[in-house]
Amino acid sequence: MADSYYDPADLRKFGNITEWSEELGTKFFDYYGKVFEEGALSAREKSLIALAVAHVVKCPYCIDAYTKDGLQKGITKEEMMEAVHAGAAIESGATLVHGVQMMNKYNKLSM
Amino acid sequence: MATKSLKARHNALVTDNKQLEILEGGIFENGELPFFKDKIAQIGQFPLRPKKLEILQINVGYMCNQVCEHCHVDAGPDRKEIMTRETMEQCLEVIRNTGAHTLDLTGGAPEMNPNFRWFVEEAAKAGIKDFIVRSNLTIIRANKKYYDLPQFFKKHNIHVISSMPHYTRGKTDKQRGEGVFDKSIKALQELNAVGYGMPDSSLRLDLVYNPSGAFLPGDQVAMERDFKKALIEDFEIQFHNLFAITNLPIARFLDYLIASGNYEDYMYSLVDAYNPSAVANVMCTNTISVSWDGWLYDCDFNQMLGLKVASKIKHIKDYNEEVLTDRNIIVSQHCFGCTAGAGSSCQGSVT
Repeated sequence: MADSYYDPADLRKFGNITEWSEELGTKFFDYYGKVFEEGALSAREKSLIALAVAHVVKCPYCIDAYTKDGLQKGITKEEMMEAVHAGAAIESGATLVHGVQMMNKYNKLSM
Repeated sequence: MATKSLKARHNALVTDNKQLEILEGGIFENGELPFFKDKIAQIGQFPLRPKKLEILQINVGYMCNQVCEHCHVDAGPDRKEIMTRETMEQCLEVIRNTGAHTLDLTGGAPEMNPNFRWFVEEAAKAGIKDFIVRSNLTIIRANKKYYDLPQFFKKHNIHVISSMPHYTRGKTDKQRGEGVFDKSIKALQELNAVGYGMPDSSLRLDLVYNPSGAFLPGDQVAMERDFKKALIEDFEIQFHNLFAITNLPIARFLDYLIASGNYEDYMYSLVDAYNPSAVANVMCTNTISVSWDGWLYDCDFNQMLGLKVASKIKHIKDYNEEVLTDRNIIVSQHCFGCTAGAGSSCQGSVT
């Protein structure tokens, strides 16, 4: 057993999840592949979205994968960092917008 | 950034040719990753055999004005291997009689060979359909004696193919050296000014993109779109096609992969991206590579690994196209670089 929860080498084995549930694994990877094809959004735009989400869900595998994917697509480090900030801004906004709930409750309970 | 070639630094990778040992050993020898010959055997392509010869690629010398970090030739100002006029005469004899439709001059910086212009003038008389010179762009701005190269190329209807790692200054200079980006932009503008790369021009100007690091090139069509948009908006530069080329683990790129701890991951990436449909069109099936001293190779990469063709004809002075075509191509694990994704060759993707 590995002595830590995340091993970079495990990313290469991602495809192996299909071995224990072929139907679901295959459906997932087909879907995943299709999502990132060129569509109404370019593959480049989708890669930046994936990078931002990778940070928000704090997935180290995804961060490695989409930093490399971004490099492969010619995305610059400035673009990558802005995408991370976009994700972070939404994440902190999601926290802060709950402040309205706090304010509502506070006001309701206060005389 | 290094200013000397691996050879000048007495690096064991090139002086003792440790490269093949590395490519045949480690993760391939222990069975973690498959050997290239076994992968192509699965689709009935081993031994790999040439088709009709289409491209004669001649390396006129390893001397270069740049010392790019990824260079598989290990070229640089300190390299003294330069094709002599005598070997050029032997090449001309072959050029006049070959069935190949493309002549492809490479280096180093081919323009630094003192007999370069004479060789181009003579070769142009042979009436080859597509006559390519791989120019690194900065050479055009390196010294006054090269300033008229755009005019010289135009006069002989040369198809210019140039390296341009990125459309931003930072990435270009990191891979190729300080100031390379600005000089390349100026050189491209000068080529445009004499008609190269313009939309309806017959003066062909193509760019080569190869990744500046341990990752594979993206989709060639998408990269071309991004390059065209950025270069025209920022610098009013036009060009015809972009060729996305995969870096092969040879010489300085191999040295970089090992030193940066990326070698194994990179080889995994190449093997993962193996595309069986690229195998039939890899460039060694339609190309012969000639070294500065006249030896013959399946490709420029095998040349740098010292793997001469497996044929009784091994030198340009004994050249015989028919005999040469009847040979097995020598493969090793670096070949995964040419079959990754959409495939890769000196003419870009192959599928």
